[in-house]
Amino acid sequence: MALYHNDDQAMLAETASQFMAEEGSIGKQLRHWRDRECKDGFGHALWKQMAEMGFTGILVGEEDGGMGMGHVEAGIVLEEIGRNLTPSPFLTSAVLAATALKHGSADLKGRYLPGLLSGDSVFAVAIDEGAKHRPERIRTRAEKSGNGFRLSGQKDFVIHGASADMLVVAARTSGSDDDADGITLFAVPRDAAGMSHDAVRLVDSSMATHTRFDSVELDGDAVIGEVDGGREVLGAVLMAGRIGAAAEGVGVASGAMDMTVDYLKQRKQFGKLIGEFQALQHRAAHLYSEVEIARAITIKAAQLLDGGSERADLMTSVAKAKVSKAASLAVKEGVQMHGGIGMTDEYDVGLYMKRDRALQEFLGDLYYHADRVAKLSGY
Amino acid sequence: MSDLETFRAETRAWLEANCPPEMREPARGEEDIFWGGRNATFQSEAQKAWFEACVAKGYTVPAWPKEYGGAGLNAAEAKVLREEMNRISARPPLSSFGIWMLGPALLHFGTEGQKKRFLSEIARGEIRWCQGYSEPGSGSDLVSMQTFGEDRGDHWVVNGQKIWTSYADKCDWIFCLVRTDKGNKYQGITFMLFDMRTPGVTTKPIKLISGNSPFCETFFDNVAVPKSYGEDVPGFVGEINRGWDVAKYLLGHEREMISGAGGGDRTAGIGAAMLRHAGEIDPLLRAELALFDVDALAYTAMGEKFLDEIKVGKAHPAQPNMMKYVGTELNKRRHELMMSAGGSRSLEWDSEETRGGKPARDWLRTKANSIEGGTSEVMLNVISKRILDLPGA
Repeated sequence: MALYHNDDQAMLAETASQFMAEEGSIGKQLRHWRDRECKDGFGHALWKQMAEMGFTGILVGEEDGGMGMGHVEAGIVLEEIGRNLTPSPFLTSAVLAATALKHGSADLKGRYLPGLLSGDSVFAVAIDEGAKHRPERIRTRAEKSGNGFRLSGQKDFVIHGASADMLVVAARTSGSDDDADGITLFAVPRDAAGMSHDAVRLVDSSMATHTRFDSVELDGDAVIGEVDGGREVLGAVLMAGRIGAAAEGVGVASGAMDMTVDYLKQRKQFGKLIGEFQALQHRAAHLYSEVEIARAITIKAAQLLDGGSERADLMTSVAKAKVSKAASLAVKEGVQMHGGIGMTDEYDVGLYMKRDRALQEFLGDLYYHADRVAKLSGY
Repeated sequence: MSDLETFRAETRAWLEANCPPEMREPARGEEDIFWGGRNATFQSEAQKAWFEACVAKGYTVPAWPKEYGGAGLNAAEAKVLREEMNRISARPPLSSFGIWMLGPALLHFGTEGQKKRFLSEIARGEIRWCQGYSEPGSGSDLVSMQTFGEDRGDHWVVNGQKIWTSYADKCDWIFCLVRTDKGNKYQGITFMLFDMRTPGVTTKPIKLISGNSPFCETFFDNVAVPKSYGEDVPGFVGEINRGWDVAKYLLGHEREMISGAGGGDRTAGIGAAMLRHAGEIDPLLRAELALFDVDALAYTAMGEKFLDEIKVGKAHPAQPNMMKYVGTELNKRRHELMMSAGGSRSLEWDSEETRGGKPARDWLRTKANSIEGGTSEVMLNVISKRILDLPGA
């Protein structure tokens, strides 16, 4: 498969680009909700609009009423979300939770997918237990109880945890904390008794929760996939989320870079456009190279994932790591090259830096994924 | 079976029958590479047999038309051949600046007579070419070159000096940029072709930090270069005074070639090899290796994307500059890491274990990657001006 968009994908890219630039713009969404200290951190009206555009069903199979598309297409939408810093539950709901639900029973799909497709529901995914992403260790426990399970433990930094109608929770049903086996995924409804959310606003104005499960009683049909065999589903969910986060990161990097390059062509100092200075030209050219390469590996990994390749896991980690490097360079150079104005809240470039920082930590940072690349490469 | 699958099966069978086992492992060193030319000697019977089989089949230049010594393969077939050769680690039968650089220029700008004569000679490995571009003082600023050809009607008299002429002392002919109009910087250069045995041509090897001498200084003292070698065989490529167009076209090819030198998945994997050999890796070195593999594997995807986009005309014309910049910087980093991974063993300069100090010599050689064919700084200039459209100069 060629590493550029085919005609259908190019059309989707144009639609998504136009939609996010108009409806999902920084002024209309991120700043609007931030300045109102919105408790969700995003606007539900936009989420409904995204559903009307068909975006929310991109990864949902056609037999379930979705678009039946792949990670390349989800990535196209996410790149535009990144470029406009559009706050939305797209990544958590339409990518992570939708991927989990693919492995769910017909019953679970029937219960949750219509809400996703219509934009009435928001989902969260609760994996991390602590400040760093470490899904190899799961302590949250689900013990057999009657026909179902009793869930106890705490999940941290659950994005949109307090706004979600359902949380996909990875819990341990057997074995010890670091075992590969013994993991089970559950779809936990928001109104389940014994769940409490401690909400925190993050640097990028998104909302996350520390969510406690205090003997939460779950029906047996809350299980996604097989009991004790959740590691595989979790792996699929993580890969989908990581490649999605990489695609959004490419958008964040491109948005910051474009702003910066434009600024270099306008701002004068010492009687010259600062873009005439070779020191800045070389840094901008280096940045361009890094962002282009990050985009290439992101498309490559998404294609491998869609094609079911066994190299998808390695390449997804390469993509997440490479995008982390490139996007972090883009936002840092962005703020620095803008000078003082880059430090002001009024100007947008700093918002890219904040979003990038949050995306870095989401589902594993550069170091986590570089380590995975080493392990998957045999050292 | 599709045509391409049939072709693959036939190619596989042909390689099985014609590529000797000795030619299915990497060259052991510089002297192990076959460059052809009037003074060429084979290192082994296997090398000779492999070369001759490829010449007969047109596989020294598989994508060139049959009438010029190629096999006339289309892009898809050429890719299949490459893949099948890679699969058995077959060595290139012939290495040549004629194939990599002059050939593409002649295919694009040459007359029919030039193609018939020069391309066929290159394909059969009869004439070994060198490239006369850089001069002392005109490296990255190539267009400031001073070597001058005075017009004497049916020939030029060329005087001047070239530098960094790869293998000039071993080559038969040179393709050479010569100023023919001092009044015009860009449109005053002619792309000339002449025999290195022409009176007045002398060469002097330059010893490098690697201990090798792949480059020469080349001197021209009243060298008479004919304007024609016979009917429809001009002694220059393109038009007189418009040689810069040819040179620019060639530089694009050179940059792609250099950027491809360290590419591929093979750039990754030092860590696994080190673990196999040494049994352990220092944690900080392991981290550096992992971060390098991230960059190398991502760059491989970029290379794929770039080639895909070239095929359909989507690539920015200045994109080879980006590939060259990143590819050469990565290759340097790779060799730094290989030196660290090898430890003291990689310091050995002439031991058998290191095949004559190959790790150290290769490491030193890579330092030229970001200088030759346009420095990294020049590449960054081109990216900032032509892709990012930044102002100035």
